[in-house]
Amino acid sequence: MTTPLEITDREATALADLTVTAPPSLRTSVLVEVGLADRYGRVDSPLGPLVVAWNGVGVVSVDIAGDDGAFEASHLASTGRPAVPSEVPQRLANAIARRLEGDRRVRIPLDLRGHSPFEQDVWKKALEIPRGEVRPYGWIAAEIGRPKAVRAVGTALGHNPVPLIVPCHRVVRSDGSIGQYSLGGPQNKRTILSAEGLDPEAMEDAARRGERLVGCASTRIVCWPTCHTGRHMLERNRRPFRSLAEAGASGYRPCKICRPVTAAA
Amino acid sequence: MDADDRLTADLADDLDGAFDALVVAHQDRLYTIALRMLGGAGVAEEAAQDALVRAYRALAGYERSRIAELRLRPWLTTIVLNRCRSVAARRATRGPRPVSIDGDPNRPLAEPSAPEAAAPTEVAERHAEGERWAARLAALPIPYRAAIVLRHVDGLSYPETAAALGRPEGTVKAQVHRGIALLRTMLEAEARREIEEMTA
Repeated sequence: MTTPLEITDREATALADLTVTAPPSLRTSVLVEVGLADRYGRVDSPLGPLVVAWNGVGVVSVDIAGDDGAFEASHLASTGRPAVPSEVPQRLANAIARRLEGDRRVRIPLDLRGHSPFEQDVWKKALEIPRGEVRPYGWIAAEIGRPKAVRAVGTALGHNPVPLIVPCHRVVRSDGSIGQYSLGGPQNKRTILSAEGLDPEAMEDAARRGERLVGCASTRIVCWPTCHTGRHMLERNRRPFRSLAEAGASGYRPCKICRPVTAAA
Repeated sequence: MDADDRLTADLADDLDGAFDALVVAHQDRLYTIALRMLGGAGVAEEAAQDALVRAYRALAGYERSRIAELRLRPWLTTIVLNRCRSVAARRATRGPRPVSIDGDPNRPLAEPSAPEAAAPTEVAERHAEGERWAARLAALPIPYRAAIVLRHVDGLSYPETAAALGRPEGTVKAQVHRGIALLRTMLEAEARREIEEMTA
């Protein structure tokens, strides 16, 4: 074994003096990357500026932009994590913009830790509703195998932390009325649905007339009124129905794409 | 029980609750090691960040007992040295190599920091002296540089340095020995050049 050279005091001091302090950005970057702290920043939307929070796991929350201090306090209270103001990375901003334009192919990872499996099931199902279409709460309840949990579905959608990304605005009440919206109230829900090419007033008028489903006389298929497969139906082939049972009695089968159900109100 | 033993006990109990304390306790030394191995502040931060993120992910997959028995200093040091190699390789494929094994000892590899115009002369001189030592260190072959950075900049013991480098203690001592000898050769060459310049 070689004996190390006896290092001189001057050398030892000079080498020990080469220690430095890490830049403050290092700690934040590490904690954000592993999901123990979040960043937040603003993006534009049809509803005005939004505040988006994210970390290395995914997007944590989306809300109407307001006071930064109030946002940081409520973020800490709801997630247990600090939120640090930042620029929204270009890739994330682009992904959100494309998703708001209705492009479902863009993948936006979400950080839904701390939410119940039931809530996550509801939100994942809402992600399947295409832009320009709506489904009632009862449809989600039926699709996730909890047909009686219609109210719980409504509550879960009200707690959606990532509105617009998870399109809870595309879920309406079983009686056909537009229903509540967590992101600033029902008027915003109408604004977004209109921006997606729907006519909320006409939808509610039809619902008031008792139209829950629409059948096509030539194909004998019955759909949710906004299902895209029925969009090119000739007006003279259009047959409104009050229920799936009524449509069935007239010889119509349910669409395999929008899968209509008769849900409890 | 030293600070790291308390930290590993806390990490074993509640990784998410205790991880920030690990970052606070080790970020300066991991960043220092990366900076002295790689030379540039940007790459050093990248390597230190990668190392801490990997450490978290590794800990998340470990059993409690394994976390409690970890020797954090050499363990984290091994991770940051690996990240330094990867970051250096990644940068090398993108553009000019930030690390030069055969670098000119007179050319500092460290990114020059902003000149401290208002700093007192003494501080400025000490700063310049630091830059010169950083440059000499950067000119050493990587195995010698790593051994000296861990032993004499970070201040790990020989057993810890050997554990971090995954080499026998005797090998590490020899590498420190040769590294110090090379640093002295550089110092002597610099002194000779200074005399030549003065007498030229």
